[in-house]
Amino acid sequence: MSILSNLINGISLGSVYAIIALGYTMVYGIAKMLNFAHGDVIMVGGYMAFCSMTYLHWGVFPAIVLAIAVCTLLGVVVEGLAYKPLRQAPSLAVLITAIGVSYLLENAALLIWGSDPKVFPSMVSVPTQNLFDGDLTITGASIVTVAACVVIMVGLMAFTSRTKMGKAMRAVSEDKGAAQLMGINVNATISMTFAIGSGLAAVAGVLLCSAYPTLMPTTGAMPGIKAFTAAVFGGIGSIPGAMIGGLLLGVIEIFGKAYISTQLSDAIVFAVLIVVLLVKPTGLLGHEIREKV
Amino acid sequence: MKKRLSQAGKTTRSNFITYGLVIVAFTVLRLLQSGGALTSSLSGQLVPICAYIVMAISLNLTVGIMGELSLGHAGFMSVGAFTSVIAAVSLQGTISSGWLRLAVSMAVGGLFAGLASLIVVVPVLRLKGDYLAIVTLAFGEIIKNIVNCLYVGRDGSGLHLSMKDAASLGMDADGVKIMQGPMGAVGIPKLSSLTAGFILVLLTLVVVLNLINSRAGRAIMSLRDNRIAAESIGISPVRYKIMAFVTSAVLAGMAGGLYAMNFSSILAKKFDFNASILILVFVVLGGIGNIRGSIIAAAALTVLPELLRQFSDYRMLVYAIVLILVMLITNNPQVKTFFAGHRPGMKRQEKEEEAGNVL
Repeated sequence: MSILSNLINGISLGSVYAIIALGYTMVYGIAKMLNFAHGDVIMVGGYMAFCSMTYLHWGVFPAIVLAIAVCTLLGVVVEGLAYKPLRQAPSLAVLITAIGVSYLLENAALLIWGSDPKVFPSMVSVPTQNLFDGDLTITGASIVTVAACVVIMVGLMAFTSRTKMGKAMRAVSEDKGAAQLMGINVNATISMTFAIGSGLAAVAGVLLCSAYPTLMPTTGAMPGIKAFTAAVFGGIGSIPGAMIGGLLLGVIEIFGKAYISTQLSDAIVFAVLIVVLLVKPTGLLGHEIREKV
Repeated sequence: MKKRLSQAGKTTRSNFITYGLVIVAFTVLRLLQSGGALTSSLSGQLVPICAYIVMAISLNLTVGIMGELSLGHAGFMSVGAFTSVIAAVSLQGTISSGWLRLAVSMAVGGLFAGLASLIVVVPVLRLKGDYLAIVTLAFGEIIKNIVNCLYVGRDGSGLHLSMKDAASLGMDADGVKIMQGPMGAVGIPKLSSLTAGFILVLLTLVVVLNLINSRAGRAIMSLRDNRIAAESIGISPVRYKIMAFVTSAVLAGMAGGLYAMNFSSILAKKFDFNASILILVFVVLGGIGNIRGSIIAAAALTVLPELLRQFSDYRMLVYAIVLILVMLITNNPQVKTFFAGHRPGMKRQEKEEEAGNVL
């Protein structure tokens, strides 16, 4: 039974990675930039939910809505102020700016909330399930996380394939210039992508803190790196790829922890990543772009 | 083509300016140090600054000259730091001269970092762009993780290694523990000095500048600019990419040795993803492919948080804002055209060309 329960824990952790990775991969697909500040948006989302519940005594749903609203706004503002002026700049310049934004968010959080870890209040009211006479326990947080991940995934797939905005996003990610000629507002589309990605980061922040209830200014950093890894694992730019990458990464991490070594679990995750990339150089679902002379 | 030829003299002059800058800076700092004019916090930063300069130059070789983004450069520094500490402690009885011991340990650090880079070199040859960046990131994290659970000790019968705990090293009673897992390396002999750092910076400059201006360096840059065209005239990507990558890693390993032996104890956490990013920031702010820029940026940005001390709690916030503003301003098309028009010693036609390129 322990394999099954580890698998469930892995899927639950992987779902969080998948949601964060979706934000990474969408932004990468459209703006062709690695948004290193994405991990810190998770942290901001976590703090927003924490504050509204602890200090303002709001309910769970208003708290989540506030977290999503603040993060969405943050994503759009950061994109407009820091990334938009660099649209034509070399990609490394944008990368360094994103790192600057990441430092800025982390240190602002440090000044506002201090460095001591905050205990995140329990948000999930779904009871823990005991199956097979108590051999297998599934926490409420796991159930909610996996459910949220599935809903987000289905919603996002429908959004990108059915709606006008979603189609515009795919068009911009294929060819910015051609999309502009077809009358698509490229800047608005990119802003929209940042808004969705940051909103998802807020959801991920709340879910992450429900599963691991300590909140610090650096809470988002490591999940951010792992989710970035997950996005590359699945083929960066691909939405189903981010999902699969995230889930696999979570499962590998939990299994590595359980059966090989607790301390080396991160090393195992990254070693698997290197091996996968050696076999499939553009990730699991990534498209290979052939160079032409 | 004519432009290229006239640039040969310019390159030599530019290289001499770089050497001169380093030598003058060293002399001034040395004089200030012996005169006691440096604050203790600043003189404590001198060796780290030298180490970061070497890191920035060597990363510039990967990012600027080879054109591949590396997010795990601190991993090589880590390998170099810990192996050279082990070497320095082990050689304590054999080599009595501190200078020679430092040189030998740093060479050991460089050697092991070079060996580690050979593991990453296979993905370097197969992957490109962000996929390669993530592999280097993964490499840095793996190194950090492994060092975090590595126990190394030394006694009369030689070196002992363990991945479990200090007790399982099975050492004699008189054994010395060198690395203690998450506690890092302890009891490091403090062998580094500003002069050692200066010599390493000069050595790095000689290696990197000569490599860039050699046949091999031009081959590396041609692979960066257009791999297919370069291959079609018989330049082997395998050979030259390995050359650039391993050179960069060896230098980083030596910088790691220099850095570690400035402290009495050091943690694996010191060389994590954030450290790699910090070095990348030096390279990008100094100008990608510009060696002199890397030196200035590494020195200035290491001192900057110190200078921002008056902002106390706000200093990292200010650092972040400075970083963002510098990137926004230096990449602003209007600012670029303005500077392109005012650069001295440039012919009018070149000015127009450059301005045209920017727009």
